[in-house]
Amino acid sequence: MYRTPVWLAALIVMFALRAAYGIDPTSIADPVLEARYLALTHELRCMQCQNETIADSPVGLAADLRREVRDMLLAGKSDDEVRNYMVSRYGEFILFRPRFSRRNAWLWFAPPVLILLGLAVAVRVVRQRAALVATDHEVPDQDVLR
Amino acid sequence: MNRFLVPLALFALLVVVLAIGIRHSPDKGTIASPLVGRAAPGFALPSLTDAQHLVRSEDLKGHWYVFNVWGTWCVECRAEHAMLVEAGHAGLVPIIGLDWKDEDDHALDWLAQLGNPYQAIAVDHDGRTAVDWGVYGAPETFLVNAQGVIVYKLVGPLTRESWTREFVPRLPRRAAAGF
Repeated sequence: MYRTPVWLAALIVMFALRAAYGIDPTSIADPVLEARYLALTHELRCMQCQNETIADSPVGLAADLRREVRDMLLAGKSDDEVRNYMVSRYGEFILFRPRFSRRNAWLWFAPPVLILLGLAVAVRVVRQRAALVATDHEVPDQDVLR
Repeated sequence: MNRFLVPLALFALLVVVLAIGIRHSPDKGTIASPLVGRAAPGFALPSLTDAQHLVRSEDLKGHWYVFNVWGTWCVECRAEHAMLVEAGHAGLVPIIGLDWKDEDDHALDWLAQLGNPYQAIAVDHDGRTAVDWGVYGAPETFLVNAQGVIVYKLVGPLTRESWTREFVPRLPRRAAAGF
């Protein structure tokens, strides 16, 4: 007889209950708004517990910020208007996905620049080695043969 | 000689970058508020001590004031309270309180026990005004000038050091005039 392993059953129960015991009980009737609400609350930082999003954090401030997001969406505000409001109150730090700005431009450009630099160095080294081999006319392993 | 030049330059660059990081490390814990230098958000909230009246930001226009966010559930607020009382007694500048997500009777008990340094206390039960002010953890203390612009924000308990170093020097000579 086929038996479901206990751990699998536990996992299934856990995921089934996940929604019921979630941090955020908010539901919005309009599924489009609901999706935007979920996306936004998952990209805003809970300022009190800095490594969690406001969707995942149980503290009071996160609940207040979620309420703010919901109210602004219900009032017809765009995603960017919500983000801008949050940034105007709490600074860029509240965004988990940092926006491109003149101040952080070097952070965005540093990785490709470093990769190109690394490639240039690698190509040079390989070429130098190749040139060395090409000009090496000595018979290899003379010592061994002798 | 030449083969050491590039690694040495890279090392020097790294030293500079790390030195800048270390120099800035004391402010790493607190997050600079984008509201400093901007107009203080408006509010009109019920008064804790006088149920008949609202505490309104409009009524504070034209005066410098200190805006202190606190709550009886906040341990650090208890630590800073004596300093607030002292600053209130000095009378340099009126202190306005924002009782954040608190129970009114707890707050009144607290004031009866520890003293009341506040000119007026606005009650923010649902925390909307605190979000508007970019508050993320009590206590937080703002200094607002006569034009209604936030000139300084302190996160964490007010100490004698921060009061004399950050608040008092920013005040005009006669900030208390008119009060």
